[in-house]
Amino acid sequence: MKVLVIGSGPIVIGQSAEFDYSGTQACKALREEGISVVLVNSNPATIQTDKEIADIVYIEPLTRETLEKIIEKEKPEGLIATMGGQTGLNLAMELKKSGILDKYNVKFLGTDAESIDLAESREHFNNLMRKIGVPILPGHVVSDFPEAKKFADKTGYPIIIRPSFTLGGTGGGTAYDEGELKKILGLALRLSATGEALVEKSALGWGEFEYEVIRDQFGNASIICNMENIDPMGVHTGESIVAAPSQTLSDRDHQKLRNATLKIVHAIGIKGGCNVQFSMNQETGEFVVIEVNPRLSRSSALASKATGYPIARVATKIALGHPLPEIRNAITETSAAFEPALDYCVVKIPRWPFDKFPMTSRVIGTQMKSTGEVMAIGRTFPEALNKAIRSLEIKIPKMKPEEHLYPPTDLRLFAILESFRQGKTTDELHRITKINKWFLNRFREITDLEKKISKGLSMEMLLEAKKAGFPDMKIAALTGKTEAEIRRMRKSGGIIPTYKIVDSCAGEFQAVTPYYYSVYEDENEAKPMPGRKVVVVGSGPIRIGQGIEFDYCCSHAAIALTEMGYRSIMINNNPETVSTDFDTSDRLYFEPLTFEDIMNVIENENPEGVIVQLGGQTSINVAQKLSEAGVKILGTDIDGIDIAEDRERFRHLCEKIGIAQPENATALGEAEALTIAARIGYPVVVRPSYVIAGRAMEIVYNESDLRRYMAEAVDVSENKPVLIDKYLDNAIECEVDAISDGSKVFIGGIMEHIEPAGVHSGDANIVLPSIRLTGKDRKTITEYTEKLAKSLGIIGFVNIQYVVRDGIVYILEANPRASRTVPFVSKAIDIPLAKYAIHCMLGRKLPKLECKMNHFAVKSIVFPFLKLLGTDIKLGPEMRSTGETMGLGKSFEMAYYKALLAAGVRIEDENRAAFISVKDEDKKEVPKLSKALKELGFTIYGTLGTVGSVEHAITIPKIGHGHPDAVELIESGHISFVINTPTKGGRANTDGYRMRRASIQKGIPCITNIATAYELLKALKKLEKIEVRPFDKYAS
Amino acid sequence: MRAVLVLEDGKVFHGSGFGAKATKIGELVFNTSMTGYQEALTDPSCAGQILLMTYPLIGNYGINAIDYESNRIHSSGFVVRQMSPDHEHRNSEKSLDLFLKDHGIPGIYGLDTRSIVRNIRDHGVMPAAISTGDADPKDLLRKIHEFDYSGQDYVKAVTTVKPQKFGKGKKIALIDYGAKMGIVRDLVAHGCEVHFIPATTAAKEIKALEPDGIVLSNGPGNPAVPEYAYDTIREISGYRPIFGICLGHQLLAHVHGGTTKKLKFGHRGGNHAVMDLIKNKIAITTQNHSYVVDNVPKGFEVTHIHVNDKTIEGMRNDNLQIFSVQYHPEASPGSHDSKYLFDEFMKMIK
Repeated sequence: MKVLVIGSGPIVIGQSAEFDYSGTQACKALREEGISVVLVNSNPATIQTDKEIADIVYIEPLTRETLEKIIEKEKPEGLIATMGGQTGLNLAMELKKSGILDKYNVKFLGTDAESIDLAESREHFNNLMRKIGVPILPGHVVSDFPEAKKFADKTGYPIIIRPSFTLGGTGGGTAYDEGELKKILGLALRLSATGEALVEKSALGWGEFEYEVIRDQFGNASIICNMENIDPMGVHTGESIVAAPSQTLSDRDHQKLRNATLKIVHAIGIKGGCNVQFSMNQETGEFVVIEVNPRLSRSSALASKATGYPIARVATKIALGHPLPEIRNAITETSAAFEPALDYCVVKIPRWPFDKFPMTSRVIGTQMKSTGEVMAIGRTFPEALNKAIRSLEIKIPKMKPEEHLYPPTDLRLFAILESFRQGKTTDELHRITKINKWFLNRFREITDLEKKISKGLSMEMLLEAKKAGFPDMKIAALTGKTEAEIRRMRKSGGIIPTYKIVDSCAGEFQAVTPYYYSVYEDENEAKPMPGRKVVVVGSGPIRIGQGIEFDYCCSHAAIALTEMGYRSIMINNNPETVSTDFDTSDRLYFEPLTFEDIMNVIENENPEGVIVQLGGQTSINVAQKLSEAGVKILGTDIDGIDIAEDRERFRHLCEKIGIAQPENATALGEAEALTIAARIGYPVVVRPSYVIAGRAMEIVYNESDLRRYMAEAVDVSENKPVLIDKYLDNAIECEVDAISDGSKVFIGGIMEHIEPAGVHSGDANIVLPSIRLTGKDRKTITEYTEKLAKSLGIIGFVNIQYVVRDGIVYILEANPRASRTVPFVSKAIDIPLAKYAIHCMLGRKLPKLECKMNHFAVKSIVFPFLKLLGTDIKLGPEMRSTGETMGLGKSFEMAYYKALLAAGVRIEDENRAAFISVKDEDKKEVPKLSKALKELGFTIYGTLGTVGSVEHAITIPKIGHGHPDAVELIESGHISFVINTPTKGGRANTDGYRMRRASIQKGIPCITNIATAYELLKALKKLEKIEVRPFDKYAS
Repeated sequence: MRAVLVLEDGKVFHGSGFGAKATKIGELVFNTSMTGYQEALTDPSCAGQILLMTYPLIGNYGINAIDYESNRIHSSGFVVRQMSPDHEHRNSEKSLDLFLKDHGIPGIYGLDTRSIVRNIRDHGVMPAAISTGDADPKDLLRKIHEFDYSGQDYVKAVTTVKPQKFGKGKKIALIDYGAKMGIVRDLVAHGCEVHFIPATTAAKEIKALEPDGIVLSNGPGNPAVPEYAYDTIREISGYRPIFGICLGHQLLAHVHGGTTKKLKFGHRGGNHAVMDLIKNKIAITTQNHSYVVDNVPKGFEVTHIHVNDKTIEGMRNDNLQIFSVQYHPEASPGSHDSKYLFDEFMKMIK
């Protein structure tokens, strides 16, 4: 039997690593029954697209056309639609509705199309709820404003607007008056797949609860987990701080919601996993069902990790027709038909990207803005909460708490704590935030304890603080001591953590799966494992600049370690990932990734060494301290890491070994910075040292901009210097992922950026192999890479970025760790780099490896601009993308087109029209660009300043100077794509900004870079019919 | 207030005390339900037991007027990881702490409850002492050794003294071996007039009531102990449809020639899957029992089994119009999946 599994594509806000996790579990569950799995996903940075996970892997755009080709070729008997998030579900529904599945006789396995439709279509769902007597909020499906207004006038504001079939609440919102209703509804209708949206009475301020349920076709069902959103209604569940299980429901309340959940899944006919969201007025006990997700979801990933119950695995078995009672619970070896009992408390906190998008409003609401999340486990609520807070790896800014309490921002939790410190009461904060007083009282417990500790620390109080989840660092700050002093005091008093098992049954049965969390109690259940063992430090929450790629590498480490006869110990705190799945490593410690927490695990296990190269900057950042504590860092040693990370030392090394760098220097203050910039000449690239993903990196063109930057940048990393580099314009940027065993260096590939240098490498479109570099350039890059890897003493991964101009190769930086392009390169050359890197770290020599590429691979990216209003979409040295896609083809053009297609760029064949508006520097390109566009049948629109001299071009008045203006034209839907290059330093509310924003909201590709535009046109021009192949068959 | 928990095997756990200042001996059992502590504490089946909740955060939603399973706490003591110092719920009337105080029951919190659960899991349930005073663990251990849970007649201690009547409709005799009010509530909701009668009621008194059906309730302790109930049950078998729940189920087995045995650490929690062999479908059930029927009497067929350990969870005898289950269809606390059994009972008596 052959089964098709559809992945979820690139990481976007609202759809993250959780679908790699569910898809991977599904593939394993299918294959253990001898079923051949065909997997399709456009995201190369996923474990599910590894050949070890699925039998036949297609890395192709997730569109109906490509899927039809794959189905035609592979002829699968079945399809599982519920593992790839909303993307996979919508695509499967499209395949069903367009008759493709029936044409090729592909059956829906698990929850079928009719059931999905019942759950997803607002109208059908509401009718069904009325029929089975489950209460819903009064609401109305509308397709235009007058209808919505009529409803709102009758019901009263606020009104919730939800578009049908969208992800993460995109385009939804809460309208407090008619003006807002008009605005939000307009966007919602544009984004809705059906042109409809639901307007609903708001349950603002009510409690929000979620139930994760599993049901088989025979009607057996069990509730895996219930969860309580600490943020009441009005905040999307993905944006809420969540506790599991519920904390404030009595059994009577809980059974009421449980019964409703079962009624709903039976009526819909779920065959697999399902998520049901409720809202309850906790003053009256009245409740309503808010929505149902008939698929695996972010919440189901959280529920899986919170309970230890493998929902995706069991859902897959159900899809194959197995009755629930006959499926085994792999953790306890008992039946999967039970409801997990927790003997701990779980807290999830979202991770938001506002540090990257200072212009975006921090207010959180019904639309998701967070990119990832952390989870923590404790035996008390404050313990779990404190562990979750430090797992976020954020610096809590100074703030005025009252500005964050209501409407809530990402900082509300910290604002509440600060308010308690300032003497506010639970009642006052409840009035403002509507958060249940039980939770507020737990927050207050934390600040009360802080107060107590700051008055003097006894051993007894230290134990109390540790039991409440306080890190040593915080206790140190409260008592004026150092972290090391607290650690010593703790150990002298015998206060060390013990580890408990997450066993899904509260200790009732013997658990065989080693999944641990720390507490300060009596019994330690994690007796050190026998044998040779290695700790892998994970990468924490998904954030911009540190995405799923690192989890991919960590998961690979676990697999490689096992193959080499080691036992793998994973430490991570991200519930969405494969690395935190119960069978990825030999032992999983679900813990924060601070020095203290990692060190505690190391002291408990006493491993041979620790791998820090794979968890992005998170794990590299703890390397120094671990090494100082006597822990063996496997692979590149700490001095090598330091040389690469310390710009001054790095510069000296490059000088010594004769590798050119763009002229650069380090400045400690404004005066020094200005002197240096004047010396090396503007434009310059400035950034703080020890950066992650170009944080606060900027290209500065003049002195006044540099002054402004210095004033703002100091906050980013105190007492660390600012780096100033000469900016090389009109140069080719490229980068290398290489591995070394200490003597031999293997270069996975020399990747070339399609955009000119200056666009952050994480945001650039990248092609492999390079297309513009000369043979000589490549040779120099290879030589430099080998030389540098040896000089740094690289053992394992290194990623090096270069710029090439006028035949001279300059080095930009070297990262002594796995980069985000590792999975991309591995898939392009079909060699698992991570595996060999780990072999090197453990002392093996590299075998003879050969890159055979007979094809092209292009990496493209997706941005969160649609979700983050107020953000401009221009690109620069600061990374802003959330995810990536891969396009493969025999020609560069095909690969590039596919990568863009996968990233959501669609240009239809008919009625092609382009809108051009470029900055002055780019105007000289307009005639050439226009010619190329016309050849492809585009009608050209533009402002007088840009296209005035272009023949047959249609000129459009400036915004607000006539009708239709540029924004109106874009909104009208006449334009197939926009080319708009932003002026430097451009701020919000410029015309260019408004055009880019309008195109994003309309879903029209907007190219902000001339080079990208040319390449896209080249691709369109040469485009043949799309061909699909398994990714490892392109080379042949 | 300091407190101590001493186990029969000599293990001593220190924690903080709450509730009443008292010392109590009982059989230490653990319950895995994550909600429903008020129902569990007031369940007469808990007589003679010190109750440990595996879920660590207890008392969050306080104590209310509607979730009493009887009018008092029947557990001898209460063991939790964390007792909520405040309580928040629209129905809450008092804190867990005050509730225990009012009923003279000691509680202990702040100890490694999971390690105690694992101890019980590995070594079986055992007598224990809980003391919120400054008792000497050695004295407590001596008292523990004098304690005999299995020999005690807890039914007599908890059954109603006088008959009571609830609701209107079909007349049901509910023999109270320690019945939860949940059973009464469900019968009333099904349109029954419930005659709630003492465990010692003779068969002829029951027949004098002319009931439409009879329910044998749950209750505490060893089913081999309340032998006074056997004759009554024998005489009413076949007279009217009978529905046995938990202890009622075990008593039916004894009376008709089956046997029971004590489980290592019992089933206590709200997450147990039971397979209905007739419907071929599972229900998630509430369970609270140490003893289990290991041989059903002649003439009875097994109707339900536990999905995991395959123990007998239900039986029936169509000739005698008897059916019974080991678990709690009345829930409170726990899943409502098995409420259908009340419907089936109602069908039998129509």
